[in-house]
Amino acid sequence: MDIDPDDIFRDDEDPDNEFYQEKDATKELLVYLVDASPKMFSTTCTSEEEKDVTHFQVAVRSIAQSLKTQIINRSYDEVAICFFNTSEKKNLQDSNGVYVFNVPEREDLDRPTARLVKEFDCIEETFSKRIGSKYGILSASRDNSLYNALWAAQALLRKGSAKTADKRILLFTNEDDPFGNIKGVTKMDMMRTTLQRAKDTQDLGISIELLPLSRPGEDFNISTFYADLLGLEGNELAEFKALVEERLGDMKDQLRKRMFRKRKVRSIYFIIASGVTIVLNTYALVRPTNPGAITWLDSVTNLPIKAERSFFCSDTGALLQKPPKLFQTYKNENIMFSVDELSEIKRVSTGHLRLLGFKSLSCLKDYHNLRPATFVFPSDEELVGSTCTFIALHRSMLRLKRFALAFYGSPTNPHLVALVAQDEIVSASGQVEPPGMHMIYLPYSDDIRPIEELHSDTNRATEDQIKSASSLMKRVDLKNFSVCQFANPALQRHYAVLQALALDEDEMPDIKDETIPDEEGMARPGVVKAFEEFKLSVYGENYEQENELMDTGKTSEASKKRKAVAEHATKEYANYDWSDLADNGKLKELTVAELKIYLSVHNLTVTGKKEALISRILTHMGK
Amino acid sequence: MARNKEGLVLVLDVGLSMHAVLPEVEKVCSMLIQKKLVYNKYDEVGVVVFGTAETKNDLTVEVGGYENVMVLRGIKVVDGDLVEALHQLPRGTVHGDFLDAIVVGMDMIIKMYGTTNKGKKRICLITNAVTPTKDPYEGTKEDQVKTVAAQMITHGMKMDSIIIRTKQDRELDKDVVEENDFLLSVFPNNSSKVYVESATSLLGALRTRNISPVTIYRGDLELNSDIKIKVWVYKKTSEEKFPSLKKYSDKAPPTDKFATHEIKVDYEYKSTGDSSRVVPPEQRIKGYRYGPQVIPISSAEWDAVKFKPEKGVKLLGFTDASNIMRHYYMKDVNIFIADPGNTKAILAVSALARAMKEMNKVAIVRCVWRQGQANVVVGVLTPNVSEKASTPDSFYFNVLPFAEDVREFQFPSLSKLPSSMQPNEKQQEAADKFVEMLDLAPTGREEVLQPNLTPNPVLERYYRSLELKSKDPNAAVPPLDETLRKITEPDAELLSENRAVIEEFRRFFEVKENPKLKKSSRRREKPSGSNEEREGIGAVGEAMDAIEYTSKIKVEEIGASNPVHDFEAMISRRDGPQWVSKAIQSMKDKISNLVENSSQGDTYQKALDCLVALRKACILEQEPKQFNDFLLHLLKLCQKRELKSFSEYLASHEMTLISKNEAPESDILENEARTLIVKDEPKAEQGP
Repeated sequence: MDIDPDDIFRDDEDPDNEFYQEKDATKELLVYLVDASPKMFSTTCTSEEEKDVTHFQVAVRSIAQSLKTQIINRSYDEVAICFFNTSEKKNLQDSNGVYVFNVPEREDLDRPTARLVKEFDCIEETFSKRIGSKYGILSASRDNSLYNALWAAQALLRKGSAKTADKRILLFTNEDDPFGNIKGVTKMDMMRTTLQRAKDTQDLGISIELLPLSRPGEDFNISTFYADLLGLEGNELAEFKALVEERLGDMKDQLRKRMFRKRKVRSIYFIIASGVTIVLNTYALVRPTNPGAITWLDSVTNLPIKAERSFFCSDTGALLQKPPKLFQTYKNENIMFSVDELSEIKRVSTGHLRLLGFKSLSCLKDYHNLRPATFVFPSDEELVGSTCTFIALHRSMLRLKRFALAFYGSPTNPHLVALVAQDEIVSASGQVEPPGMHMIYLPYSDDIRPIEELHSDTNRATEDQIKSASSLMKRVDLKNFSVCQFANPALQRHYAVLQALALDEDEMPDIKDETIPDEEGMARPGVVKAFEEFKLSVYGENYEQENELMDTGKTSEASKKRKAVAEHATKEYANYDWSDLADNGKLKELTVAELKIYLSVHNLTVTGKKEALISRILTHMGK
Repeated sequence: MARNKEGLVLVLDVGLSMHAVLPEVEKVCSMLIQKKLVYNKYDEVGVVVFGTAETKNDLTVEVGGYENVMVLRGIKVVDGDLVEALHQLPRGTVHGDFLDAIVVGMDMIIKMYGTTNKGKKRICLITNAVTPTKDPYEGTKEDQVKTVAAQMITHGMKMDSIIIRTKQDRELDKDVVEENDFLLSVFPNNSSKVYVESATSLLGALRTRNISPVTIYRGDLELNSDIKIKVWVYKKTSEEKFPSLKKYSDKAPPTDKFATHEIKVDYEYKSTGDSSRVVPPEQRIKGYRYGPQVIPISSAEWDAVKFKPEKGVKLLGFTDASNIMRHYYMKDVNIFIADPGNTKAILAVSALARAMKEMNKVAIVRCVWRQGQANVVVGVLTPNVSEKASTPDSFYFNVLPFAEDVREFQFPSLSKLPSSMQPNEKQQEAADKFVEMLDLAPTGREEVLQPNLTPNPVLERYYRSLELKSKDPNAAVPPLDETLRKITEPDAELLSENRAVIEEFRRFFEVKENPKLKKSSRRREKPSGSNEEREGIGAVGEAMDAIEYTSKIKVEEIGASNPVHDFEAMISRRDGPQWVSKAIQSMKDKISNLVENSSQGDTYQKALDCLVALRKACILEQEPKQFNDFLLHLLKLCQKRELKSFSEYLASHEMTLISKNEAPESDILENEARTLIVKDEPKAEQGP
């Protein structure tokens, strides 16, 4: 029975699910709080295209993108989108200047739906009509939109317990001094109440994060107001960097990176030497994203169905409870193992990471890989001194170009691992590679196949041929290639189709496959010439002919044989009156070899027992 | 099924100089046979040992010579006896001649198969090759080897040699060793030759399971629309999974000899709304999640709209190797080899690989392995320039992540962390020295724990347990032995060599429990029966100062799941004299407990195992009286409590008191020790 969805995206193997699925104990409840004041619309940053883009657009686009990621990756998280400094108001408290954006069939704070994603995509056009922008902090009416916004956000986040959910408010603004145009006691008073509101919110276990937008030359001064609101002190304040970038792309990048919350997979002990044990947090930075499991539905009602599994004894047909013992047939006997014994076998080490020693990086070969790496970063939370020890080792390993070999005794799949130190890499758009170590799972000898030994050949390229290959490489050079520059076309297609179906759209979207080679670039004269030279140097003048020769002349033994059989069959075929034989039921008097003549001439399968062959012939004749 | 049947002759050196490694040779060879019993049970294996005083082979009868070569077993289908026989290899008393032995092995294969079974005939030689070979009657040794090699080629035989060389071996007799190495290198191309230094590598060096390689793609590597290189793609690494065991059904009557004992699984689909209504399988429709919605879509509809790339491998371009970081490799690794029949393709691959290596470049390719595959794979080709003259150049292929697969978490810069977390100069120096000295790949020595030579300890343990259980269904899971522990724990030798460096490192880096962290919030691992689990968790303090860099674990009491192991660990604790007596006492309690609480003898086996362990330890620790007194006490107890079956059980397993011969401090004589237990009346008064 195909209980397991024939998962088209997975290749032939089935990865152990535990490893690939991150265990998220908590879900995330998130409120995007976007400043919609006129200042957000008036300040622009230059985009690469000719048009300037406002801060508001940057914020909204980042949110739209993150919603799309979220609906794919973490659809159990709940979000709300809330604008403040708006002319219209829409919120539970009915406070002025706050507008909670939503679509039908959805609570204000809820899982993102296809409709939300779609409507939010065109918020840039509809905003001025539907919501409108207006300064909301007014001395005369004592209106305080920031206060109201926090109040509304906190109310939205009242759902769910702080223990099981991670509650966050992400605040987008470009105003570092929201109470700047108000004077005197009113200002003091408004600031005080706002700060108190923020503090109350944080005391409820809700974290407030600020994503300040600013232009070069006009620094976002965090200490004017927001440092107090966020409760930043000393070090934290110094580390806090406003997003100051000239280029839009960079700013979007930074927003994207900051909007993600780091999720650790687990903490592990790293035993370095007797008496020196540190704590590392592990993170899954790279894991394949799959299009999600198939949920089976009843095609009549479209309601989900659940599968009930029952076990039968194949000898007696008796219904069984879940069987406790497992067995392996060995020496014609059934050798039994209990589940406990099997897990005992797998427990070859305690569940920690244990240092074995160090090796030069050149010992880590390209084929020493089995699954995606895990990132580790130290934590002083439990054992003080972990970070210091880690930094010292990290530096030594980088300097000496060594990696650490360790044994990771996870209870399900213990492995030898290589810990490769990675230095921080920072570009204009922020951190590209975080500093820390990557844990690479090494294969055992049982996992490595000696393929090279199967092919023996002593031909080697000549110096000239290598040279032409080198010049080809110089021509076809992807300068700024980054590993994750391509979106997965299959996945994009999958979700685009789902979105279209979810919204009952007739038109199927067209997704651009970014992984197709750059035809234009390949057609540049210089590139074409380099290819030609390489071809000439390796294949000589007669590339086409030779390749054809290869295709026809050098066919394998098996295909020659197949051909011979086919020829033989065609020759023999005419010797029988097939339809007559069939009509008189005389087919069964023929030999299997004779029956196969008919089958192979008509390109039918030739396998199976004699009866099967006969019935196949009869079916083919339509009798 | 016979098509893939392999004919193998193990040619094993059991001569004088091999005695130290023979236990490992026994293990690796029996593992080979065990895996054959599970995966290729029609394979046929013969065993030849050499270096024995005895001579027993056909050739010595037929043509004379070939002394000290003994055919332990002719070529036969693998069976349990063979595993047994390999567990008890004879210990030879002379130095053997590996060339003679190879010829004997070859002769066996030729006589058995003639020219049939091509390509599936293999000789596997395990030797240290440190003793000279005999001079041939005519010609040089080299000529002789060449003749042998030519014979192998005509009969389509392969030879895998594993040469065990410890550092001392190499210094023994340089001339002989060099000559032997030369002779072994004369053997034909398709033979593999591995040098190993340690016992652990030996276990990994012999390929214990044969998996016939299958290409996952044969076709063009398109550089552009014009140039296409014919390549074959195989898997280079693929995780050997833990065997999946079948579920056992005990419903079949025990008299039914043909019962499969298998279990069938049946699925029934029920609507979530109405759980009484069964939905027939064909009425189901697939649904995909999109946010909170589940969107139904039939397979036909899905086929119409899904992504359908064309089969093929296309080059996207080249880039600097430094652009592709090692940790982005996503999966197991493939290898691209030029179509072996296409010389031009071989040259093209060779030219590209060599140029890539020279210029430090890699190629980015887009692959669709099969027609109908619904996704594409973007990956990186890295050059694999062959070191051996006989194998062609090739590429390794690693899958790279797509944008959706990468999570760009931000981490603080290490250099910007508060100064209290920054190592000072002295600490950095200590760390440098530590990283430098704890070297697993020193020049001039074998790289320790090379992936190619490191066996999977879990699988090793599983197959050993399988063998034990085939003899005794109640056998406990064996502990990891010394050789395998070298994989999971640091090497004691390396540590003692670098004691000073490690000591300094420890002095400079102090790790303390965070006092602010509440006890309750501290992480706890799942409780488990084994005491091993205690180590390092529960009490963090213990993890910090108590973990010794020895294979022993600090066990403080004897648990239920593996008492023997716990006891051995406890009694060998060297951090206090009290542990010996404490361990003995706890073990006694444990055994009494087991015996007293047994119902119909279900714990007898365990109790016996414990007794055996206790007996052994008491002999070692010179505490025979402790054991003897206890055994007598136990027997008395049995009489009192109507547990006579246990005393009989002990007697049937030849459990005796410790005699004077075994431990001088005992005052029981040999014959007394034997007779004591069988008698109904134990002579307790006679005891000490």
